[in-house]
Formats: sequence, structure tokens, C-alpha cells
Amino acid sequence: MSALKTYRRPPPGSHSDYLYPDYASTVSRAPSQPLVLLPQTLSEITGPVFGHERVSASDADLTRKHDGEPLGERILVCGRVMDEDGRAVPNTLIEVWQANAAGRYRHQRDQHDAPLDPNFTGTGRTLTDDNGFYRFVSIRPGAYPWRNHPNAWRPAHIHFSLFGNAFATRLVTQMYFPGDPLLAFDPIYNSVPAGARERMVSAFDLSLTEPEHALGFRFDIVLRGRDATPMEH
Amino acid sequence: MRHGLTPSQTVGPYLHIGFDWLATTDLVTQDTPGERIRLEGKLVDADGVAVPDGVIEIWQANAQGDYASATEKVIQGAGFSGFGRCSTDVDGRFHFSTIKPGRVPAADGGWQAPHIAVNIFARGLLKQLVTRIYFAGDAHQEDRVLQQVPAARRTTLIAEPVDDQPNTYYWLVALGGDHETVFFEI
Repeated sequence: MSALKTYRRPPPGSHSDYLYPDYASTVSRAPSQPLVLLPQTLSEITGPVFGHERVSASDADLTRKHDGEPLGERILVCGRVMDEDGRAVPNTLIEVWQANAAGRYRHQRDQHDAPLDPNFTGTGRTLTDDNGFYRFVSIRPGAYPWRNHPNAWRPAHIHFSLFGNAFATRLVTQMYFPGDPLLAFDPIYNSVPAGARERMVSAFDLSLTEPEHALGFRFDIVLRGRDATPMEH
Repeated sequence: MRHGLTPSQTVGPYLHIGFDWLATTDLVTQDTPGERIRLEGKLVDADGVAVPDGVIEIWQANAQGDYASATEKVIQGAGFSGFGRCSTDVDGRFHFSTIKPGRVPAADGGWQAPHIAVNIFARGLLKQLVTRIYFAGDAHQEDRVLQQVPAARRTTLIAEPVDDQPNTYYWLVALGGDHETVFFEI
């Protein structure tokens, strides 16, 4: 009999509910039936592995994808991916995407009347190192309007997608910037209970900031940890 | 001290620019052992309206019931990775070419019926929805996970063969409405 290393269920207050009417798109997309509790099996505690054959070092620098440099404030976003027990999550794929400095995405459905930047695509990816650390180079994204409610603006953010060690640890989130006055008005950010939502706000870090080059922001990411007692099967 | 989990957020409407580089709709190579299947599906909201800004990710065992990472076979462009990702199109449709997975062990002994684990992301989903695809015609009576699902809703997890299209299955994902798909908390 082998022991299955199952993952701890998120404590109450960790995430949004699916239905959050202030974010209008949830109304027709949130399930109305209760979720069915699934005992974790091999299908949930394993997950895809992505290696360096798919990701190169240059993929982590969003400012070097074109002939010229993108407009905007150059930033470094650095952090550590760990589990709830503080254990590093090494060699795991992180995908990021974001708007340009003017608040415009390079996407056909983005109709915001702000300029595209020919030198900025806004996508990147990297693998965490052996100690769970990662580093992206980018530009600070702009805020942009959306039609959720009158005069609605999304605070500046970078989308983060992580796999972790298992199907059960998959996470897509958004990283915000400290002191952004739009956070107070944003239903996507505020859908997460107070006490947890603040974890999505990066910290300005002078020690990460490179003189004459770029501002440094620290964003640590915590994925689900394992249950203390493995289930026997 | 325990660290607080990073909360989930929606992928938003522009998910494609982040996800399309790893689009993986064909999981098989010429050498992949197993029964080749094509999986076709559609993602709709509670009103039955197509969801054109969603992504379906699948994770499955190979034909022998082994998961790639469980056997330490890191994906190197060869072998069967078990991972697929497909954005929904303007009609909410998605598809995968893969192999029928083998049975994998259940949590408390015994075997699970062949299934594929699914994560669904979309604008309007503040966290992903987790579900499973089973296959019509398999023995489902003993599957511990399906047993947890109210009998009347089990069919929402079962992909049905498509008439006149060999080895093709169809699976509808409804985020709400009368035939809301069963979603899991894992």
C-alpha cells in the first residue's frame, strides 16, 4: 500500500465565492449547485511538468521581444513560489500576461482607445529555480476602463498562471501594485475576503530595485500545501 | 507558521495572449500506444449562451493508467504528456485529439473508471472550475467519485459517442441552467 500525498483544502476565507454580483460576469457563469467534494486520487495529486525545452531564459524579459524598448516604467517582478508550509515549489511553470503602459492589451477584443506599443506584446513565462525563486522584467502596466459598472477602471495588474506540483495546485491570479487607489473600487480584487486579498498586492522593494535601470517589486506566491497525514490506500 | 494561500482571480477577457503559446489540442504522436479518440465539446453559461473566452485544460493518464509525472517522465516533447489546453472559439467549442486513458487507482482501493481531469477558466470565473470527463459505455457503477455525485446529475460528466464519427465523443459543459455540469471541490 502506498501513501497518497493529498493536498490540504483551502481554509475558509482564502478565495472568492464563484458568485459575486458586483462583478457582473459572475452572474451567468457561477455554478448554482453546490460543489461535490472529491476525495483526492492520483488524478488530482499528479500534474503536468514543463521543462526548459519549452521555456528559455529570454521568455522572462517582456522588454526584449521586439527591436525597440517598450514605453513605460521598467520594472522587475521577483518572488518565491512556496507552499503553505513555506516549502519551495521548484522548477514550476509561471505564465504572465498584462496590458502595456497605456492600459491596452495586444488582443483583438480589447477596444480601449489607448495606443498599442509596437515594442510590447505583454506575455512572458519562466520556471522557478531550485529554491522556488523567479524573476520577470517588464514595464508597469496601465489601468484601463471596463464596462462592469459606470466609470469602472481595473487597477494595474499582471496576470499570473501557475501549475505547482499537482493538478490540485493549479492557480491563476493577478498581481497588483502597492498603494493603487483603484483597488478600493475594483470588484474583482474585492471579491476575495479581506485578510486574503492583500496577498495579491506586491511590495515595492528597494533592495530589488536596480540603480539607473528598474523599480523592483516583490511578489511571493503561496500554493496549497500537503496534508500532514498522508491517506493510506 | 502557515503561509496564507495566494487567492485566485479570473483570467479575464484577454486570457488568450497568456495561454495560447501552450495550446495543446493534439496530445498524441504516431507512436503513442492506446485507443485514439477525438473529444469535442462546448462551454455554455447558465443561459445556454456560448462562452467564447474560456480555456479548457485536461490532465489524463496514458492507456496503461500511468500519469506522466507520477512515473518521473518529464515531458521532453516525446512520450505522452497527458496535458492539453484549448481555448474556446466564438461558439464556445473546444476539442482534443488524445487517447482513451486507462483506469487509475481510487483513493481508498479499487479502481476508478477511465476519466480525464478538467480545469475550466473563463472571464467571470473568479477561480477555476474542476470537473471530470468519463466515457459512455464504460462500467461506472464502482467508481467512487461518480458515486458521490447525485445520480440524476452523473450524465453531465459522461462524454457520449458522436453518430457517424468513429472514436469521437461529445461533452457539453454548462456553467448553470437545468443541465448544470457537476463541478468538484478537490
